[in-house]
Amino acid sequence: MTLSPKEITDLIKKKLPDAIIDLDDLKGDNNHYHAKIISSKFKGLSKLKQHKLVYSALGSHMGNTLHALMLETSDIKKKD
Amino acid sequence: MNIIQEKIKEYIDKNDVVLFMKGSPDFPQCGFSANVVGILKYLGIEFESYNVLEDDQLREGIKVFSDWPTIPQIYIKKEFIGGADILKEMLENGEIESLLEKNKIPYSIKA
Repeated sequence: MTLSPKEITDLIKKKLPDAIIDLDDLKGDNNHYHAKIISSKFKGLSKLKQHKLVYSALGSHMGNTLHALMLETSDIKKKD
Repeated sequence: MNIIQEKIKEYIDKNDVVLFMKGSPDFPQCGFSANVVGILKYLGIEFESYNVLEDDQLREGIKVFSDWPTIPQIYIKKEFIGGADILKEMLENGEIESLLEKNKIPYSIKA
């Protein structure tokens, strides 16, 4: 069982409507992703709480239908 | 609290740095667990590890205990720190060193 990039993005957007999501399917198997997420909802939260917010958006998928998700979260866009 | 929750509490009470992981430090069985072991070894800190693959109750129990759906999980002085991504960020921005110093946990970064 896997989760498509669109399914992941939709779930996150439901919880964090203003999120800018950069999702990378690391192995091309719909099961190992790297997500960079920027949202104003992260403001003032510790990294732990930011990641928890993303996990709560994904609900029971995390660790089940979705095996691996590397997370980078931020409330502002980093300058490259 | 049920038995496994009590057992987990005992684990994190007993040691300053505790890692719940897939596999063992010598043979990690997941990329994220391997990354965390790599960081802890790089920091040169002593830690106790528990292999969740050997114990299904622990595997599910730790998720409930920490309210965190993934493994690995790191505890420092009974405080839940997070998973692999958070530890990596804390290493990059120096937060992990301040946390170790604050908790008087010896570490030695090998150059």
